[in-house]
Amino acid sequence: MAQAAAVAKPPAPPRRRRASATPRRLPYLLIAPAALLMLGFIAYPVISVFYYSLQNYNPTKPWRNGYAGLDNFVHAFTDDPQFWGTLTFSAKWVIVEVGLQLLFGLALALIVNQTFVGRSLGRALVFSPWAVSGVLTSAIWVLLYNSQTGVTRYLADMGIGQYGTSWLSDTSTVFPAAIVADLWRGVPFFAILILADLQSVSKDLYEAAEVDGASRLKQFWHITLPHLKDAIVLSTLLRAVWEFNNVDLLYTLTGGGPAGETTTLPLYIANTSVDAHNFGYASALTTVAFVILLFCSMVYLRLSKFGGEK
Amino acid sequence: MITTEATKVAPAPERVPAAPDQRPRRGRRAWDEAPRWQIYLPLGIYLVFTLIPFYWILLFALRPAGSTSLVPWPVTFDHFEKVWTERAFGTYFQNSVLVGVATLFLTTVVALAGGYALARFDFKVKRAFMLALLCTQFVPGALLLVPLFEIFANLQMINSLASVVIAETVFQLPLSIILISGFIKNVPYTLEEAAWVDGCNRLTGFRIVVLPLLRPGLIAVGSFAFVHAWNHFLFALMFLSDQGKQTIPVGLNTLMSADSVDLGALAAGGIIAAVPVVLVFAFIQKWLITGFSAGAVKG
Repeated sequence: MAQAAAVAKPPAPPRRRRASATPRRLPYLLIAPAALLMLGFIAYPVISVFYYSLQNYNPTKPWRNGYAGLDNFVHAFTDDPQFWGTLTFSAKWVIVEVGLQLLFGLALALIVNQTFVGRSLGRALVFSPWAVSGVLTSAIWVLLYNSQTGVTRYLADMGIGQYGTSWLSDTSTVFPAAIVADLWRGVPFFAILILADLQSVSKDLYEAAEVDGASRLKQFWHITLPHLKDAIVLSTLLRAVWEFNNVDLLYTLTGGGPAGETTTLPLYIANTSVDAHNFGYASALTTVAFVILLFCSMVYLRLSKFGGEK
Repeated sequence: MITTEATKVAPAPERVPAAPDQRPRRGRRAWDEAPRWQIYLPLGIYLVFTLIPFYWILLFALRPAGSTSLVPWPVTFDHFEKVWTERAFGTYFQNSVLVGVATLFLTTVVALAGGYALARFDFKVKRAFMLALLCTQFVPGALLLVPLFEIFANLQMINSLASVVIAETVFQLPLSIILISGFIKNVPYTLEEAAWVDGCNRLTGFRIVVLPLLRPGLIAVGSFAFVHAWNHFLFALMFLSDQGKQTIPVGLNTLMSADSVDLGALAAGGIIAAVPVVLVFAFIQKWLITGFSAGAVKG
C-alpha cells in the first residue's frame, strides 16, 4: 500500500503545453485524489495501528500510557482466554458459513440456470435478500427469533425447539441461529457469482457429452465443475475474508453474546477499543488480524495470477 | 434479478415447423433440462425460506400492536408514524440520504478520474497503484476504527456527516476504480482520437464522446456506492455521537438493543430502511447487468 505514496508526486517534466493536454503528467493528476484519500485514510491508519500496538494507550488511564514493547502481544497469546476464544470462533464462523454458502449457492445457481416456466420471477425472488443490509438482516431475524411472537414459536408448536427462550439468547442455539440468518443473505450472493460463470460454459461441450452418452451427473462432474473451479476458489476466498471482517451482522444480531459465545476477532477488537478504550491492546489484536488477512491476500494474489509475468 | 438470453431453450430442428417453441420431448432432453420436480421442489423450499422473513417484517409493521394474527388485518400505519416522529427516523432518514448522495458523487468523480488514468495511460506507478487497489480489499474498515477516529478528531470532524462520507468513499473507491476502468476500456480509443482531430481537447472529447457511453457503468458504480453508504453501520455509529446526526442503520440498532424491544417499531423502521435500496435496484436493474458484464469482461 505504501507504493501509493509515489503516486502523488509526479516526475513533472517541464513542458510548455497546457497541463490538461500533457499526457505525461495527466495520469498522475488523475489518480492523485484517489491516491491521497487512500493514503490518508487507509495507509496511514494501518501504519498507526502497528505503532499503537507497541504502546500502552488508553485515554481513560493516561498515567499508564507509554511504550509497551511486545507486552500487548504477549498478553494476547499467553493470558487472554477471550482472545483464543474469539480466534477459534472466527475460524468456526468463517468455515461453516462460507462452506454452507458455497454448497447452497452452487445448488441454487444450478437450479435457476435451468430452463423452466417462471424462471425470471423465481430468480428475482430467491436473489432478493442479497440487497438487504447487515443491520436490516439482524432486525428481520430478531423478529423471527422472538420467543413470544417469532416464527420459532410456531416451530416449537411443531416440536422443533422449545418455548419461552429466544434462539439468540441460548448458548446451544445461538450459533446455528446466527448462521441461518447470515445464510439467508449470503447464499443468493454466492449463487449470483456462480450463475454468471455458469452461463459462459459452452453448450457444445454438453451436446458432445450427450452424444457420447454421458449422464447428467457425469456432465456436471467433468464439464461444469472444472469450468467453475477458478471462480469458486476466488469467490470463496474473497467471501471468507469478507465474512471474517464483517461485524455489522453479529454486532447487531447477538452483540457477540450470549456470554461471548458469538464474538469474532474483529468484534472483540471493536469492543476492546470502543467500549473498553483499550486502544493499545485493540491495535495489537488488529495487527494479529492483519497478519491473518495478509496471508489470505497473498494466497488470493497467487491464485488470481496478479503477480504472474506475461 | 438477472435475466439473460443465454440459456433459452434451443430452437427445435427445422423439420418440425409445427411446434417451433416446444420443449424437447422426454427422453431427448437438451443438456440443461432436468426433470421438472428436481427444479420446482428445491426451488419451492428455498423460496419459502427466502420469503418468510420478508412476510414476517411486513406482518409486524402493518398489524396493530398486541395482535397475534398471522394476517396483517386490519392494516395500521401507527408503527410507521411512531418510528418516524417519536424515534426520530425522519431525521435519520435525512442524514442517510445526505451521506448516501454525497458518497455517490464523491466516489463516482474520484473513481472516474482514476479509472480513466488506468484505462488510457501507461505510467510508471500504474502496476503499484493497481496492486494497492487490490490490497485495500483486504483492509477492513472495522479494524481501522481507532486510528480513523483519531484522524477525524484531529480534523475536528467528529460528529459531522462529512467524516462518514469520507470513510465510506475511501473504502468504496478501489472496487469503483477497477470497475470504471473496465468500462472505459470498452469504449474504443479511436472515438476519442477522432474527437481531438475535430478540435476537441481531452476534457471536451471525454465529455462528449466517452461519458455518454459510460452511463450504464456509472449508474452501476454510483448506485453501489449509495447502497453501501446507506447500509453501512459501524462508521456512523462510531463517528457520530450526536443523536440528531445519526443514520438509519444506527437507529435500527437502537431499536433492537432497547430494553423492551418494540417489535412493531423495529419492523416499521426496517421497512423504512429498505425502501430506498429497493427503489434504487428497481430503477437501475436494466443498467446493472449490462454495466457489470461490460466491466467484468476486461476488468
